[in-house]
Amino acid sequence: MPHPLERRVIFQHIDEPGYSPDLACYLRQGGYAVLRKSVQRPPAELIDEVKRSGLRGRGGAGFLCGLKWNLVDRKSGKPIYLIVNADESEPGTFKDRYIIHQDPHQLIEGIMISCYANNVKQAYIYIRGEFPHGARILETAIAEARAANFVGPNICGGAYSCEIYVHRGAGAYICGEETGLIESLEGKRPYPRIKPPFFPAVLGLYQCPTIVNNVETLCHVKHIADIGGGAYAGIGTPNNTGTRLIGVSGHVQRPGYFEFESGKITLGRLLHEVCGGPLPGRKFKAIIPGGSSSKILRCDERFKIKQKDGTVLDWGYEDIPLDFDSFAACGTMGGSGGVIVMDDRVNLVEALGNLNAFYAHESCGQCTPCREGSLWMKKITARMVHGEARVEDGELLKNVADQIAGRTVCPFGEACSWPTQSFVQKFGDEFKAYAETKRQPRPVDALTLV
Amino acid sequence: MNLKPETLQRIDEVITHYPVKRSAVLPLLHLVQEEQGYISREAIEWIAAKLELQPINVYEVVTFYPMFRQHPVGRRHIKVCRTLSCALNGGYRTCEEFEKEFATQRGAISPDGEVTIEFVECLASCGSGPAVMIDDDLHEKVDCAKARALAAQIKAEAAARTK
Ligand SMILES: Cc1cc2nc3c(=O)[nH]c(=O)nc-3n(C[C@H](O)[C@H](O)[C@H](O)COP(=O)(O)O)c2cc1C
Ligand code: SF4
Ligand code: FES
Repeated sequence: MPHPLERRVIFQHIDEPGYSPDLACYLRQGGYAVLRKSVQRPPAELIDEVKRSGLRGRGGAGFLCGLKWNLVDRKSGKPIYLIVNADESEPGTFKDRYIIHQDPHQLIEGIMISCYANNVKQAYIYIRGEFPHGARILETAIAEARAANFVGPNICGGAYSCEIYVHRGAGAYICGEETGLIESLEGKRPYPRIKPPFFPAVLGLYQCPTIVNNVETLCHVKHIADIGGGAYAGIGTPNNTGTRLIGVSGHVQRPGYFEFESGKITLGRLLHEVCGGPLPGRKFKAIIPGGSSSKILRCDERFKIKQKDGTVLDWGYEDIPLDFDSFAACGTMGGSGGVIVMDDRVNLVEALGNLNAFYAHESCGQCTPCREGSLWMKKITARMVHGEARVEDGELLKNVADQIAGRTVCPFGEACSWPTQSFVQKFGDEFKAYAETKRQPRPVDALTLV
Repeated sequence: MNLKPETLQRIDEVITHYPVKRSAVLPLLHLVQEEQGYISREAIEWIAAKLELQPINVYEVVTFYPMFRQHPVGRRHIKVCRTLSCALNGGYRTCEEFEKEFATQRGAISPDGEVTIEFVECLASCGSGPAVMIDDDLHEKVDCAKARALAAQIKAEAAARTK
């Protein structure tokens, strides 16, 4: 059952008893009515609705969807592609999974409306390799939709035609980065492309204009086409419109996936009311608010937020509204909506060691600062955890991290240095103390993170 | 290369999904690995010829993506999530428990040939970790007790087979 504080739009039918991923069920709920209506409207009108809605991308960066669509090169004469980013691989993020497995037709309807609006004739869903059932469910759903004239030639009996194919990845995180994804879809190693000149909107898949959008983003498009951009913009808060899918993992009583109006509830209410607070006898220590790359928050730090009118707000983590701008004002990001909570059992050196192992494993290796830096950050934290910590290691880690961000082809460079930079900045004492405490025997039930 | 007629049919179908043949490298590798268990040298050359590429173009893909392998694995492939949310709930212990149950180490085929156990990175099931995939199936909240139960199931299936 959804929590009373939730407002479920995208997740309306997730975990609903009797709701199944087949077409018949979707049609019983009024499915594809919005697509039918949409293909009667001029495409430009739909793009305007999306612009008016203020929809921001849900893949991580929060880029305005209408603006992205506006940047597409429509004069080149080349075909325009749409790619659905279903790679869902940012640690802490688990939302698109439920749409794909339980409500695939909602996604397909959103894709078809977006394709029609942008005159796309071919769409690909790039789904991570670890979702084999998800890929089959999508393929079945597409076949059903094709048989019913919602995908393929002459959609809803009109002149517009568009095909969707599913393309499976094979276990590499960097395929979530849009240009790495495009290379992967072209059958190559997913080495991200340099921008400029390779902005997907101009030179994307097969050097043609390409739109890459996240699964959740495209589901929102369906609801925007349904209720109108203006009405959608009335949900949530200005500049952070609509609802947001949030996943909470780690040390809370009730982890899980939720949907809220953007900015209408705070991180405190999420963790204490919705997720039931810390485990018995524990206290919250640190929170990673938007996927593993977002900068960590200390549960005892204060955030001074300057308002436009000059007043200054004094927030603890409990006071931060769940939206893009508030997290940005606190020096981190809402990212992909994956909230990871750590309680007072966790040693932050060890938690960082875990994340550094992830980034070292996932760097594509193209840029020297990222390839070498992520590896050294992993080696240093692993050495610390395995009994050879030095007092100056925090400084050393910071030094390595500071030489990556801003010097790489893709934003993975930032993504892999932000954890190290923020952990060391906010928990510097713990890094210094580690050299000492490591010599004491660890409790037998200590958590292993590295 | 001996591939089943159904696989060959699916290969020919999937190539039509793309305006450029090379795009079918990943789908072909998946199809071949599903049937043969791993990607052999011969498979690399066969796929390259099929897509009018050089073998190196296929080889570089096989060596980059973690899900493609050049050696067989045990009958069942157990992948335990190693990443933070799962580790916070005991993912490392879960992995050790599987290793103990099958008297093996990560990355190797167990002595009875039944399993290969591996750590993998985040499986996008972080809220119900530790997450474990056994072949294509996801298992959630796999603590040590659940790991033992899953291992017992695999062993029972193995025993039934050898009878
Ligand atoms: C290293 C890296 C990994 C990413 N992983 C994902 C991912 O798994 N899923 C996703 O939707 N976007 C991911 N992104 C963001 C995409 O590059 C892209 O911005 C997004 O798909 C755009 O869709 P949106 O505008 O609808 O959010 C990643 C970005 C980076 C830099
Ligand atoms: S920043 Fe890292 S992941 Fe991105 S292109 Fe460079 S090496 Fe590859
Ligand atoms: S961290 Fe294990 S599934 Fe995400």
